[in-house]
Amino acid sequence: MVEMPHPPDFTTETDAGGLVVALSGPLLVATAGPLDQRLRALDQPITRVDLAQVTAIDTVGAWLVCRLLGDHDAELTGASDDARRLIDAVGRAESGAPVKPERPSGPIRVLASIGSAVYGIRGGTFSALGFIGSTVLAVRDVIRRPSQFRGKALVHQMELVGINSLGIIAMMSFLVGIVIAQQGAVQLQQFGAEIYTVNLTGRIALRELGILMTAIMVAGRSGSAFAAQIGTMKLTEEIDAMRTIGVSPMVALVLPRVFAAILMMPLLGFVSAILSIIGGATISTLTLDIPFMTFLLRIQEVVPQRDLWVGLIKAPVFGMIIALTGCYQGMQVQGNSEEVGYRTTQAVVLAIFTVIVLDAFFAVFFSEVGWI
Amino acid sequence: MTEAETEDDLSHATLPVERDDDHPIVIEHLRNVFGEHVVHEDLSLTVDKGEIIGVVGGSGTGKSVLMRSVIGLQLPDAGTIRVLGREITAAREDNDIDIRSRWGVLFQGGALFSTLTVAENVQVPIKEFYPDIAPALLDEIARFKVMLSGLPAEAAAKYPSELSGGMKKRAGLARSLALDPELLFLDEPTAGLDPIGADAFDKLILELKETLGLTVFLITHDLDTLHAICDRVAVLADRKVIAVGTIPELLASDHPWIQEYFNGPRGRAALQAKDSPPGKPRPGPEPEPGHEIEQEDRDGN
Repeated sequence: MVEMPHPPDFTTETDAGGLVVALSGPLLVATAGPLDQRLRALDQPITRVDLAQVTAIDTVGAWLVCRLLGDHDAELTGASDDARRLIDAVGRAESGAPVKPERPSGPIRVLASIGSAVYGIRGGTFSALGFIGSTVLAVRDVIRRPSQFRGKALVHQMELVGINSLGIIAMMSFLVGIVIAQQGAVQLQQFGAEIYTVNLTGRIALRELGILMTAIMVAGRSGSAFAAQIGTMKLTEEIDAMRTIGVSPMVALVLPRVFAAILMMPLLGFVSAILSIIGGATISTLTLDIPFMTFLLRIQEVVPQRDLWVGLIKAPVFGMIIALTGCYQGMQVQGNSEEVGYRTTQAVVLAIFTVIVLDAFFAVFFSEVGWI
Repeated sequence: MTEAETEDDLSHATLPVERDDDHPIVIEHLRNVFGEHVVHEDLSLTVDKGEIIGVVGGSGTGKSVLMRSVIGLQLPDAGTIRVLGREITAAREDNDIDIRSRWGVLFQGGALFSTLTVAENVQVPIKEFYPDIAPALLDEIARFKVMLSGLPAEAAAKYPSELSGGMKKRAGLARSLALDPELLFLDEPTAGLDPIGADAFDKLILELKETLGLTVFLITHDLDTLHAICDRVAVLADRKVIAVGTIPELLASDHPWIQEYFNGPRGRAALQAKDSPPGKPRPGPEPEPGHEIEQEDRDGN
């Protein structure tokens, strides 16, 4: 079905005035490639271009003719009306403008990107501080006029952040509990101390792992959702619409999300720790001959209550960090939809990074105050 | 050549081919259904070669769905669509490539590839179909195509995100014209443009049609565009094409929607503008040549 047109060709001959190029065949985009190369190779001055033998012409063919005429200041003969019109139209559209954006040379680009990254850190710090500030102001506004607070939105967000992620967090924690207990037991068995698996699982789950895993899951699940939702609302000008109506987006969007995360994180962290312990108990029952109930009773003996408090104190802080990062990144979206994707990624990466950095500080802090 | 092939050629030379030569788009008994919602039912439409056909209809009458069906993005539930002599309804994306080099499509938002410059956008279809064209010629082609679609020359090196809404449409047009198609599909080309920009766009389409001999399938809400450039108008209502004809023919129709459409206050204003003396196709200030683009630039998106 694809008809291959005969390739266009040209002949050159010399007449009284000088060199004449007589083109023939179809001058179409489909066949222009080889012809273009050959026409470029013509280096003698041409006085006349003849199109009498041309069977078809499109804009690309017209361009080739137009370029030939322009380069050699030649005369056009034998062109049909259509061809002449096309050549005129293309000739009028000729421009010498660059088709590639100007780009500085390599080393300068490297320097420029380092510079703009540094500058970006500075701007980002200021705007992040500004965002925290306006969140605090929004809290003040709500305290002054509690009727402003969106109770329904808070409950809805608590459901999304908390209830809906219970299943996946419970599942994940149970499995991690199994891994910790099993791997710990393998090492401890070498000293004949596999009973300390209980200490290992219980303490690590309550102090660190439960809350950290929950934070990572919530950052991936809810922090990203916050950034994407608010970012999309920013793009569709919903945020601007809210402002013009007199609704503060900080109060209506950010506070419910932040409070939902602060309230739900301790609960999720607790569930996670408990499920890790159950996972550890299950694998101990199956492989270490420590009965399930013995494992749980032993937990009561070896895990001090303050391990629970260490976990629960960290949880709301992590929740706040995750929600603030998500909302902040969402609010930073501007321009196009690509930005939403970028900001969502940033929200998750920064939230998890900040949470882990803070966790390290917390670990040192609790050791220093003697909560070992 | 075997006898079978000769016969085949002969059968092509008779009625069907001739008909398809004269009618680049033939839609017969098209039916499109989304879930429970019937968008098109027994819709038929034939487009003549070399005409600009305007497709109008209220919101939700399936104008865009019709275009998507014709260009093979939407598989209809029933009916046949022949484009440039090829049955689209049976065509698969992979075995029907060459027909895609014979039409150009301008989507509503321009649908430019956002990671490429305007010039690179224009070069995409050319590179795809004709890889033997040298980079130097590609750049020259991109340059004049950009100018032909009414963009300033320096727009070629810009990325879509740096263009205003109107310029994106022009860039989209430049890409749809990249392969000198026989058939051009335009989805609301003047929507969202200021009147001066819309006017310039209309003129551009008309000029391109006359220079390149295009057949144009144009979806629009813009009554001025209909009056200014369309040879015929197809009216979509009640899930089918209820009328096709020139605007005077349609004005004679007594279908309530057509009457309301063309005889409503906006319809009358557009008609008057059309009848006003030549050189002033629309009421309002005459655009200064060369300034229309800047105007649009400032307009932003």
